[in-house]
Amino acid sequence: MNDKAISAENLTKQFGTFTAVDSISFDVGRGEVFGFLGANGAGKTTAMRMLCGLSRPTSGSAMVAGFDINRESEKLKKNIGYMSQKFSLYEDLKVWENLRLFGGIYGMKDKEIAQRTDEMLGELGLESERETLVRELPVGWKQKLAFTVSVFHNPGVVFLDEPTGGVDPYTRRQFWQLIYKVADRGITVFVTTHYMDEAAYCDRVSIMVDGRIEALDTPSRLKENYAAGSMDEVFRQLARKALRSGD
Amino acid sequence: MRALNGVSFETEKGEMFGIIGPDGAGKTTLFRILTSLMLPDEGDVKVGGFDTAGQYQQVRNLIGYMPGRFSLYQDLSVEENLAFFATVYNTTIEENYHLIEDIYRQIEPFKDRRAGKLSGGMKQKLALCCSLIHKPEVLFLDEPTTGIDPVSRRELWEMLRKLKAQGITIIVSTPYMDEAVICDRIALIKNGEFLTVDSPANITKAFPDKLWSVQTDHRHRLMHDLHNCSFVRSSFLFGDSFHVSFTPDGSPERLENYLHVSGHTKIGIDCIEPGVEDCFLAMLKDNDQAELMQTIEG
Repeated sequence: MNDKAISAENLTKQFGTFTAVDSISFDVGRGEVFGFLGANGAGKTTAMRMLCGLSRPTSGSAMVAGFDINRESEKLKKNIGYMSQKFSLYEDLKVWENLRLFGGIYGMKDKEIAQRTDEMLGELGLESERETLVRELPVGWKQKLAFTVSVFHNPGVVFLDEPTGGVDPYTRRQFWQLIYKVADRGITVFVTTHYMDEAAYCDRVSIMVDGRIEALDTPSRLKENYAAGSMDEVFRQLARKALRSGD
Repeated sequence: MRALNGVSFETEKGEMFGIIGPDGAGKTTLFRILTSLMLPDEGDVKVGGFDTAGQYQQVRNLIGYMPGRFSLYQDLSVEENLAFFATVYNTTIEENYHLIEDIYRQIEPFKDRRAGKLSGGMKQKLALCCSLIHKPEVLFLDEPTTGIDPVSRRELWEMLRKLKAQGITIIVSTPYMDEAVICDRIALIKNGEFLTVDSPANITKAFPDKLWSVQTDHRHRLMHDLHNCSFVRSSFLFGDSFHVSFTPDGSPERLENYLHVSGHTKIGIDCIEPGVEDCFLAMLKDNDQAELMQTIEG
């Protein structure tokens, strides 16, 4: 198997005359925790939608989890996980019912679903909440459960779109422990965040400005290259170059 | 469910008061009660001397409120939204233009654009203008920077600082700990209760232990090794290092030795000043030991 989980080549998306994503090329290794940063409107969401097979590039190509985003977008969708910043579980289903539902959607067998449910609830410490309606869970637990659902079918790559927005500092750290755990299992994690301390938790980080990737490296080398004391400073130096604003 | 539980506080005129806490802590419920939009089951609130229950009309004339969710008219243009809010408050854009000038100038090039088509940062600026156009004495901002990138966040706080300088009292909530230090005083809120109310300086001064920043070459393993270390009281990930406090029998020398034996290299242990986030984490620990245990074991 290829050791690249994602490899994008000159990926471009235009809306009319507006180039949202401007010929970006990069690789992400298997099991890597990859931070995808950029100001509002830099093109992150558009790039992510293409990598998930939800939007066709105007030009360029990418392989994600072994599939071509142009030609194999349906197979691709089965082999990736996605968690959006908005809470995406069914509030009036129980905890186990949510797992059952998403497992079924991804074509998992009943036996596999039952086994994984026990496993995942054990890992989260949620065994006693199996029969609880998701609506009744505290916010932090919902986020952790949503993450669990996104990796339930053992995808090659999981995309996390601002997974920790509005979460308390304590739960954010628990969340990152879960991220490390799935990365250690070989699942590649592609994550966006507005918390710059979290950027430092990633193995490598890319920063988008005006549709292009302006910088891509490990957090420590980025800080070195930009003579910055923190990732926040690196980000501000780069984002200041932006000419366009908008979502 | 008790969204708020026995919250009491006062703010001075012209103060910038921050309410810091995670989603679900009760921040928005508190704002709705403070702005007279919701009645409390118990207790009462006075804003500018007026009771929010009995004298809500006077209260509403005094205050500006920017809710967390974008609540302007998406189909109206930037200028139309502003004119609408001015009219509702029986004033005109011109009359109080000086208050919003700094902010409005940044979005003026887009004044004919529909509000729904603005970027996140620009929406926030427009919403701020609309909440200021009637010259409120007290401004309530519910999470104005959530989901906004670090550069726009900084700009927004700079604007709030200027408004404060004009004598406006500002009550602002945020989930970002680093924004707390800009406020005169902050309340840390969790599960509907204030854990503490004080100036950021006093809060960090009250941090009970010495705090150390610990770094090695193996971050994943360091997390594990620190959690299993008997003389480490607490350890939390902060960027590329861990903030660590010791039990009475712990010391940086002892930790360095322990990490060395465990195979870590490039070990760095430095004494640091605690920040608001360190204090919040310590309070969460005191507040809810069970939750902490799950973190450590997780």
